[in-house]
Amino acid sequence: MKYSKCLISLLFSLVGCHQRDMEDQPRADPLEASAFFEDGQAARPLVEGTVARGHLRVDEHLFRGRVNGAPAGTFPFQITRADLERGRERYAVFCAPCHDLVGAGQGMVVRRGYQPPPSFHIDRLRQAPIGHFFQVMTEGLGAMPSYAHQVPPHDRWRIAAYVRALQLSQHALLDDVPPQEREKLRWKP
Amino acid sequence: MAQIFHPAANPFARFSIFGAVFLAIGALWLTGAITRSAWFTRSNVARDQPVPFTHELHSGKLGLDCRYCHTSVEESPFAGLPPTQTCMNCHTQIWADAPMLEPVRQSWQTGRPIAWTRVYDLADFCAFDHSIHLRKGIGCSTCHGSVDRMPLMWQTVSLFMEWCLDCHRQPERFIRPREAVFRMDDEPPLDQPRIGRELVERYHVRPSTDCTTCHR
Ligand code: HEC
Ligand code: HEC
Ligand code: HEC
Ligand code: HEC
Ligand code: HEC
Ligand code: HEC
Repeated sequence: MKYSKCLISLLFSLVGCHQRDMEDQPRADPLEASAFFEDGQAARPLVEGTVARGHLRVDEHLFRGRVNGAPAGTFPFQITRADLERGRERYAVFCAPCHDLVGAGQGMVVRRGYQPPPSFHIDRLRQAPIGHFFQVMTEGLGAMPSYAHQVPPHDRWRIAAYVRALQLSQHALLDDVPPQEREKLRWKP
Repeated sequence: MAQIFHPAANPFARFSIFGAVFLAIGALWLTGAITRSAWFTRSNVARDQPVPFTHELHSGKLGLDCRYCHTSVEESPFAGLPPTQTCMNCHTQIWADAPMLEPVRQSWQTGRPIAWTRVYDLADFCAFDHSIHLRKGIGCSTCHGSVDRMPLMWQTVSLFMEWCLDCHRQPERFIRPREAVFRMDDEPPLDQPRIGRELVERYHVRPSTDCTTCHR
């Protein structure tokens, strides 16, 4: 009796040694390869003609930057300071490699040979409606790739807001500065 | 019955008992040393990849942010690897005909993703989550080393349970300000003990060492 108990516990501990199964369990991890599906991927694409719950994108303004077919002149949601800060951070991550941090179009990748983009501080882009920036990010334009797969729509609007702020910052007059702040700008030797 | 061994053999007998103990300890130590060695954990060994993608150039020299490619690292457990489309953002124009990038173009044309060799791969019975670590001020380089100096990616830590626990017991040794989690220098500053305690207070950091935190 005693021996059989010992034997059973020994068997169990041997089973415990068979650990590889637990290390690589029969489930699909993100981005894992699969021998089952034809395209070799465990992650399944959406069935054609279907929309995932919560992913219906009918709002032309929010998702495509258009109002009645023309580039929107307004934001689809209220832009707060926090949104601008977020826009700045995202701009530095996704746009600065080509457009550089002030938007002059001399980023690191351009210096390595990519086609130089126009500066954001030319008249045409200063006058462009805000929806134009959103559209360029969403759909791409000429040599500018689409950023829709890397940046979600709300962040794209925040980046657009930050680009507007950049344009203002490079084109500000003394009259735009509130009187109580002007003293700070005076050159002090 | 006549004695088999001469009495002069007694010291040998004692010595061999003694020696067996040492041998057993030595064997234990050796297995320990082997399982911990870089050879066994495969840390510090650069892995071959289908495309010789270099973080040294893309993050180091070009200064691309980690999030440009690992887009989901802040919001989800999984950091994510970039789809081929991300590479093509630039490589439609840069090195567009380089033979080195042939697998990338192949993947772009056929829609089959590039099969990267995984470097950091926990056992399936461990749960890990990037987003919480970033939110609580643990930087990429604490766990992945100075990625911006790696021509090919290698593993810089053992990924043993004791490595996770080492930090979960004393997060103040590694924590940094949230703004600095993407910075690549992995040397903690000289006043880490003071800063560490302050940040642990400020971010309410209480890592758990319960088994169910990581084994669910
Ligand atoms: C890979 C380099 C690259 C990156 C990264 C990039 N751009 Fe561009 N961008 C370009 C190029 C090149 C052009 C010029 C396109 C053309 O005229 O063919 C351009 C043009 C533009 C224009 C001007 C469109 C017009 O009307 O002339 C805007 C606005 C713009 N980009 C915004 C952005 C924003 C916002 C981001 C970040 C989400 C971004 N870009 C990231 C390369 C880039
Ligand atoms: C230009 C895109 C790009 C950028 C920017 C980038 N990575 Fe990567 N990263 C990749 C690709 C592609 C792989 C897969 C190939 C490999 O392992 O080298 C990868 C792999 C990794 C891995 C190993 C994943 C695994 O287990 O296989 C780590 C860790 C990593 N990156 C960390 C970082 C960090 C930290 C940064 C920021 C400093 C960063 N990456 C910036 C593209 C990028
Ligand atoms: C933001 C732009 C950008 C992105 C995104 C990008 N690269 Fe690059 N890549 C470059 C530039 C710029 C160079 C170097 C050009 C030079 O050396 O002058 C380069 C060089 C390379 C090289 C040659 C490295 C060497 O040994 O010199 C490889 C391989 C490469 N990239 C692979 C990739 C892969 C794979 C991806 C996708 C995960 C990727 N790149 C994404 C800009 C980019
Ligand atoms: C607390 C330690 C830790 C920190 C901090 C950390 N990582 Fe990881 N990383 C890991 C571990 C562990 C894995 C393996 C996960 C797995 O196999 O499930 C991993 C895996 C990865 C992978 C492979 C894909 C995946 O998610 O499995 C990439 C890419 C990556 N990390 C990038 C990053 C980047 C970029 C940062 C900083 C923003 C970062 N990591 C911060 C520990 C960490
Ligand atoms: C350098 C420090 C460090 C390392 C290394 C580390 N962690 Fe953490 N971990 C933390 C901190 C800090 C938290 C946040 C604790 C809190 O919620 O206050 C955390 C939280 C977690 C959580 C979430 C807990 C919850 O409440 O949901 C999990 C799961 C986790 N870690 C798993 C791991 C695993 C698995 C490893 C090893 C592969 C690991 N960690 C390595 C510092 C670390
Ligand atoms: C912070 C996360 C974390 C916590 C908490 C944790 N573990 Fe683990 N554990 C791990 C990781 C990561 C591994 C994988 C080690 C490896 O792959 O070598 C592991 C591996 C193991 C293994 C397999 C050992 C081996 O050699 O592969 C056992 C058994 C285990 N843990 C038991 C426990 C028990 C019991 C507790 C509670 C007292 C616990 N763990 C708490 C992260 C954790």
